[in-house]
Amino acid sequence: MNEWTTQAVRQTRADPESAHRLFPQAERKGGPRARPALLALLDAGTIEALYRNGDAGERLSILRALPDLDLGPAALPIVEDALRTNDTRLIAAALGPYGSRWLDDHAFRQGVLKCVFMSIPLAEVDGLDRRHDAELTRMLADHAAERRAAGRTVPEDVLERLR
Amino acid sequence: MRIFDPHIHMTSRITDDYERMRAAGVRAVVEPAFWQGQPRTNVGSFLDYFDTLLGWEPYRAAQYGIQHRCALALNPKEAGDLRCAGVLAELPRYLLKDSVVAVGEVGYDSMTAREEEIFEAQLTMAAEADLPVLVHTPHRDKTAGTRRTLDVVAASGLPAGRVLVDHLNELTVGMVADSGCWMGFSIYPDTKMDPDRMVAILQEYGTARMLVNSAADWGRSDPLKTRQVADAMLAAGFTADDVARVLWHNPVAFYGQSGKLALDDHEAEAPAEYAGNTIKRG
Ligand SMILES: [Zn+2]
Repeated sequence: MNEWTTQAVRQTRADPESAHRLFPQAERKGGPRARPALLALLDAGTIEALYRNGDAGERLSILRALPDLDLGPAALPIVEDALRTNDTRLIAAALGPYGSRWLDDHAFRQGVLKCVFMSIPLAEVDGLDRRHDAELTRMLADHAAERRAAGRTVPEDVLERLR
Repeated sequence: MRIFDPHIHMTSRITDDYERMRAAGVRAVVEPAFWQGQPRTNVGSFLDYFDTLLGWEPYRAAQYGIQHRCALALNPKEAGDLRCAGVLAELPRYLLKDSVVAVGEVGYDSMTAREEEIFEAQLTMAAEADLPVLVHTPHRDKTAGTRRTLDVVAASGLPAGRVLVDHLNELTVGMVADSGCWMGFSIYPDTKMDPDRMVAILQEYGTARMLVNSAADWGRSDPLKTRQVADAMLAAGFTADDVARVLWHNPVAFYGQSGKLALDDHEAEAPAEYAGNTIKRG
């Protein structure tokens, strides 16, 4: 941890509100380990507020840190928000280990299908083998049929799931 | 040729423009916060707009191999609406963001006392956030407005070198040159400046502290005007180094004062996966 991060961790421990000032600058000033270090000190409410006020980089840092934080399902609203965006980085991160653990079946399937539409490789979806079900197979098969009807190719990672 | 457009409102442009800009040599842009055509009536509208400039627009630009940074402020045209005053309280937290490389656009529109108060407050914010400032000069009564703008900047105590005074023309460039501030020129198809007049100004005043932009807002505008100025400079006998100075090194030096510009300096290719395709949509 560099000097900036050490100071920022100390300040955040003493006053969690200071995270609102420190977190946005943390990666630039403290390097890639600074944001996770601050998040580890904060409760779910503060983390959600940081996410809401965050730019794309801050949101990505939060989504990627979620599996290492002990938040239970409390951070689901963050994941659901990311899945509503049109940013492939945020969507892929939302379907990491945390999203895969806590999203309900419907939201998870919609997330997977959104990946297909946005050319996010399905290999980036965490735990897809575990969560794959008959309904998701049907949705992917319908999508493949729609692609073929339009004279388009079906991505290889979708075909694999249909075999 | 590598171009940095230091003032362009990409929110009002379509993806074809990004493609054409990339092909013309544009590799980096700064989008200052400004009006949206329809006046906004509440703070939330501004915050969603700021979030767009921090999120969606850089994402869209990156798909065409263009690096997008922004300047944020409560703009002069909307500064007079009391319903939007709460934006000022939200700005300091936005100025911390990595891709915010200046405060802007600030300045006068109709030269009211209220506009002046908000202009001054945002100059103070820039000093506190240690950011340079992009100052818009009014289109109506421009010469008097530019003079008064320079007085307000001088009174703020900000070093002139951290201030870019924009939308200049033949009548206002001299006083800004004397002030030590950076000089910005918006090149439009039929208003403000055109490429040949721009070249004449560069011949008279030199290339130091000079920035050229296409602004490309909601009025008739052309995001390739920067390239046209570069071509006109070469045709008039300026060297490739002169062109690089005005269209790359000067904006890098000005916004670099933020300490946050961090442009990818190598000649990045447009991401192959994205090039030529429409934006990814789910
Ligand atoms: Zn503008």
